[in-house]
Amino acid sequence: MIPKLPSQFTVAVAGNPNSGKTTIFNNLTGARQHVGNYPGVTVEWKEGRLKRGDLDLKIVDLPGTYSLTAFSEEELVARDYLLHHAPDVVINVVDASNLERHLFLTTELLELGLPVVLVLNMTDVAQRHGLRVDMNRLADALNVMVVAAVGHRNDGTEDIIEAVVQMVAHSSDLPGAARVCKVTSPSPQASNAALSPGRVTYAPAVEDAISRVSERVPDYPYRRWLATKLLDSDEEALNEVPDPDARMAVLAQATEFSEAHDGKPDTVLAQGRYDFIHTICADVVHRVGEVRKTRSDRVDRFIMHPVLGVPIFLGMMYLVFTATFTLGNPGMDVIDAGFAWLADTLNGFWGEGGVESPLRSLLVDGIIGGVGGVLVFLPNIVLLFLAIAVLEGTGYMARAAFVMDRFMSKVGLHGKSFIPLLIGFGCTVPAIMATRTLETRRDRLITMMVLPLMSCGARLPIYALLIPAFFAARWQGPVLWLIYVTGIVLALVAARLLRATVFRGETTPFLMELPPYRMPTARSLLTQMWTRAWLYVQKAGTVILGASILLWVLTFYPKPPADYIPPQGFDAVGGVAVEARPFAELEDPAQIQSAELSYSVAGRVGRLLEPVLAPLGFDWRIGTSLVGAVAAKEVFVAQMGVVFAVGDADEESMDLRAQLQSRYSPLVGLCIMIFALISTPCVATFAITRVEAGSIRWALAQAWGLTLLAWVVTFVVYRGGVLLGLEG
Amino acid sequence: MTVPLTGMREGGVATLKAVNGGRQVRTRLAALGLLPGTEIEVIQNSGKGPFVVSVRGSRIVIGRGMARQVEVDTSPNDQALEA
Repeated sequence: MIPKLPSQFTVAVAGNPNSGKTTIFNNLTGARQHVGNYPGVTVEWKEGRLKRGDLDLKIVDLPGTYSLTAFSEEELVARDYLLHHAPDVVINVVDASNLERHLFLTTELLELGLPVVLVLNMTDVAQRHGLRVDMNRLADALNVMVVAAVGHRNDGTEDIIEAVVQMVAHSSDLPGAARVCKVTSPSPQASNAALSPGRVTYAPAVEDAISRVSERVPDYPYRRWLATKLLDSDEEALNEVPDPDARMAVLAQATEFSEAHDGKPDTVLAQGRYDFIHTICADVVHRVGEVRKTRSDRVDRFIMHPVLGVPIFLGMMYLVFTATFTLGNPGMDVIDAGFAWLADTLNGFWGEGGVESPLRSLLVDGIIGGVGGVLVFLPNIVLLFLAIAVLEGTGYMARAAFVMDRFMSKVGLHGKSFIPLLIGFGCTVPAIMATRTLETRRDRLITMMVLPLMSCGARLPIYALLIPAFFAARWQGPVLWLIYVTGIVLALVAARLLRATVFRGETTPFLMELPPYRMPTARSLLTQMWTRAWLYVQKAGTVILGASILLWVLTFYPKPPADYIPPQGFDAVGGVAVEARPFAELEDPAQIQSAELSYSVAGRVGRLLEPVLAPLGFDWRIGTSLVGAVAAKEVFVAQMGVVFAVGDADEESMDLRAQLQSRYSPLVGLCIMIFALISTPCVATFAITRVEAGSIRWALAQAWGLTLLAWVVTFVVYRGGVLLGLEG
Repeated sequence: MTVPLTGMREGGVATLKAVNGGRQVRTRLAALGLLPGTEIEVIQNSGKGPFVVSVRGSRIVIGRGMARQVEVDTSPNDQALEA
């Protein structure tokens, strides 16, 4: 009989990367999950719910790890969660076709004394490879419940739930009792055996050292595990020993142990674990067929070919991006038309006099302009995330990292950084989210910091306006190319510099598992696509909405008094200076708008910045428009239209181009583009960087660093141009 | 004969002898199943770029720099020509 249960339990899902852990998690929770970041770090964090009768299970998908050392952020997060949140059950997902390697983590979980349910996943693959696992003997040897599953077919999900329910029922039945599970799967003899099964037994000398260290930490709940980590000189583990005397004693014992084992205590302990696993595997894994060279290896001969690999990768990327844009553009047009209709409808409510209404302007110019400008990319982004999910799910992403690593490692980036950088040409926001595929925090942060240098789609309208205004037709293509290449080169140089300065230290050695090729399930692809796309929509609805309103206020207020004389008036056409008149006497709506902008906070900031921007050849008009571009890069074009009082301007506006031509030289035009390319990323990028990097400091560092870089590069280009006689 | 992993030819088989790296390198390799005594088969060694090896039934990619720190015991037949 199941005893009365408290309502809520926590279940952690742990396992190696490529164990099919996430598919199992998805099977358990369905769509009832949300993705976030573990507080303060860049590790992705998934949580879901499972209700079964009175039971309410909170299921946490821990980051995939090979062990619980403290070397990577993922391992630290998983370990910290297991140690300090004490989940009621740990579902340990292992690849049945690769048991020996996957049980390594299991030995650590068992040493921690955690209540483990072992899920033998991918039993179908094991069968194809001619392997049969004796589940009863495995359950006995490890003294845990063992469940067979085939995640991608959703087989065994009910059995896993059943095992979890039994564990929970058992643990709540005996509060405070040692969590050695006397559950159905292991036979009673195994649980009662004097030689504690389910625990690695090391060589006598090691066991001796472990018990002596254990004596120093008598109150610690996971003494045995802690003792092995202490012997391994694990610094994080040492923090768990508060008493200074005990700490000194432990340190001395660890040193002695290390010296007795050739300075390699880690190897001795790992060897002990593998010996234990090897003995078990010899007993429970039966080869019933021959092992052939796998199909994966044959495919890899092409995909990872030293010469063919790169063209194949580039071809794949070309396919992904063409498909994304061809399939996404109709959707984009629909959303664009939807927002245009909404704007028209809202404008219609106010009629002719609407120009004066602040509420109309807030809704149409501020909110629809800002949020709409971000949401319009949604169809592309959904498709892009789907494509990434396919690349990851099939196992190709690991190959892509392998193929690109030779080039990327030269600039201090990981092979996998290539894909976010490529996405950056579309929009920086999903690109920063795509850095989640990178394993180490250092790689992620470097990639995030340089990502805005990949010229995103929103910057294209700026180039589309300025290039034809200043350059003859035959130079237009090369100039555009130059802008993009400048961004790429700067990104690579900046990455190299960051690696050599801020992220200095031993480079993470390139070491990863190549998962076999797999067919991902539609469900896991859609789940991954949807959770990430939804994050994007949430950003648009919250942070970006707020920022859009703030920037609208900055460009709209304060209102000029009647006697305000705008700095300099221009004829709407031709750029001929007209007589400056007080604000109250202005009649042309475009002139009024221009005067209002010059009086607003943005206009003042633009003028305030003039001394700083003058060395770059920029005046206050450019400065003001650049302030507006912080909302979204393409806003620069509309702002220029307002500053020059040509009314509603887009990148095709001939009036605006005529104004620009008469005011600025081609050199200044080029400098504007370079500055817009490099400087402060848009507010959406700032917001997403803050979230993904886990701290506002990185977002600030990115914004300031890039703006400083923009100033320096533009200064060099402008002054160089002036010296070469290109100005005037 | 003891050689670094970089001296192995494609398809060559060897036994891992020692890892001449720091604790982090050793531990990361161990977590992926690479310990002294482990059998390794070289799946890909194109002369530059990372290695692909088969260890305990998995395919593992090892950067060239790290592969230099891995010492293996092997027969001359399994070594690369230039080694």
